[in-house]
Amino acid sequence: MSMPESAVPSAARPAERAARRGQQFACTALLGLLTAPAFPVAGPGLGQALSAAEVAAININVFPNGAGLPPGRGTVAAGQALYAARCEACHGVRGSGGSADELAGGEHGLRGNPPDKTIGTYWPYATTLFDYIRRSMPPSAPRSLSDDEVYALTAYLLSLNGIIDEGDALDAVSLARIRMPNRDGFIPVDAR
Amino acid sequence: MRASKEPQTESDASRSTDQETPARREFLRRGAAAGGAAVLAGLAPEPRAAAATPQWMTRPGQPFSNYGLPSPHEKSVIRLIAANSAVSGNGLSWTPLQDLEGTLTPNGLHFERHHNGVPQIDPAGHRLYLHGLFERSLSFGIGDLLRYPMVSQQCFIECGGNSNSGWNEEPLQAPAGSLHGLASCSEWTGVPLTVILEECGLQPDAQWLIAEGADAAAMNISIPIGKARGDALLALYQNGERLRPENGYPLRLVLPGWEGVLSVKWLRRLQAATEPVMARNETAKYTELLPSGKARQFTFVIEAKSVITRPSPGQHLAGPGWYPISGLAWSGRGVIKRVEVSTDGGKTWIDANLQTPALPRCFTRFRLPWRWNGESCILLSRATDETGYVQPTRAALIAERGRHGYFHYNAIVSWEVSEDGSLSHVYA
Repeated sequence: MSMPESAVPSAARPAERAARRGQQFACTALLGLLTAPAFPVAGPGLGQALSAAEVAAININVFPNGAGLPPGRGTVAAGQALYAARCEACHGVRGSGGSADELAGGEHGLRGNPPDKTIGTYWPYATTLFDYIRRSMPPSAPRSLSDDEVYALTAYLLSLNGIIDEGDALDAVSLARIRMPNRDGFIPVDAR
Repeated sequence: MRASKEPQTESDASRSTDQETPARREFLRRGAAAGGAAVLAGLAPEPRAAAATPQWMTRPGQPFSNYGLPSPHEKSVIRLIAANSAVSGNGLSWTPLQDLEGTLTPNGLHFERHHNGVPQIDPAGHRLYLHGLFERSLSFGIGDLLRYPMVSQQCFIECGGNSNSGWNEEPLQAPAGSLHGLASCSEWTGVPLTVILEECGLQPDAQWLIAEGADAAAMNISIPIGKARGDALLALYQNGERLRPENGYPLRLVLPGWEGVLSVKWLRRLQAATEPVMARNETAKYTELLPSGKARQFTFVIEAKSVITRPSPGQHLAGPGWYPISGLAWSGRGVIKRVEVSTDGGKTWIDANLQTPALPRCFTRFRLPWRWNGESCILLSRATDETGYVQPTRAALIAERGRHGYFHYNAIVSWEVSEDGSLSHVYA
């Protein structure tokens, strides 16, 4: 692009940046000024503002540092009763031997044959349990558990794996504080 | 009748004009004399009735149809399904690679992997929400997105768990598609994700996008911002028509060359963040345990692989003679540059012909005419991509990764031809 900067319409500048990033779509540039293939980077601007309240209503991501954990609290004992009612049919008594994933009770560890990839031996973050149970469990009725119930189930599964004690309870602060045994067990390959 | 011991494989016509061999000349002579179909059926052509006027030429045909379906004679060409007995929406279905040709997968045969069923979404009630580390949190309706500038891109999508029976001690006996058919290739059309990210205004510390689907698993996963701003597509169309429900209708992500779980179907939400969310499907699943006890994580790129789809297990060679060897190769790192085929268990290799154009991150069809001499033999294919990466042997892959990685199995595949013309899956 040899054109003086002042002569380039402002909308073209992001397009040039896109071209310099080496993007690979062979597409029709919106602007005839471009010589290299690039994304059309300017849309018609139809996005509608999303309020903080709306975001709060739909955002169910829970991060390892605890961001996204809601208010609430649940005990291991409450989780045990819930597990028997809602989870055990698929995941088995005390988290093993069912048709669904093994959650606890591994005997072989990660270097055994076959290895036992349970919550206690494999999962690097306890917050993942809350995130996953709340969004998808049980499969017959996802989103039917209250936040207190999700805390309780998380607590029970962590106690089954010896991560917390049977008398414990979890809330946003205590869950985010848990360090899982396999926290450092992962090697990022393509993350960048 | 026994075929000679002349060369049994050769490069296909377009690239072998300078290497005429007796076998090639015979193939061309027979092709010219007898027509392709007879050649491909072996030395003994298919039995046939005496030439006559068929009954479908003697009466009017069926009326027009609003949406065409395959011939009833092709009713066996289907996705085979494997689902959880307790949760029928958690499972998969395989593309029947052994029954297909060319490089594009018919929409109704694109593989499926769902975590809790196929949501039946009314596009009028579906929006894409973007929030987190943006200057502006915005949402977009499907009708809005249809007004944005679009691009089309062909690419394969492959489940990270495809081919994982290869880790088994014993080779699983199943059709090629039921072993390697969690991979399909389509032309996807939609809005470049970067256009929408620009409109929302990514903040400088946004390094990841947490994508979420509107299915009953609310499947979420973390995508590095570089890929999101690169070739990531908000796909609305597949092979020219709007997405099928089982492939994400009305909106899905497509991340060319990366394992399929990242191409989130029924896309509903993108949260920009400094860190990955460490979702279940990027920690407990879609990570690969190594013999050391450590696990590979965020293994996004699909490495080069290939498989012979014809002939393959479940098919049968009618007798000695000429057969087409045909298969698929693909690499998440770009263009397939070479596919070699061996018909002697890997002792000798010959370059197959690559269908052109060979597109980056797409299925690439390879073909090679082959004269079977009626003896037992082992067929292999080996892909090389534009980076120079060569598809590994199973022994080499297992030496590197062990046998419990579960995901990203891309080793050379071996089919054994028995003297009776049947084929089976072997480790060779």
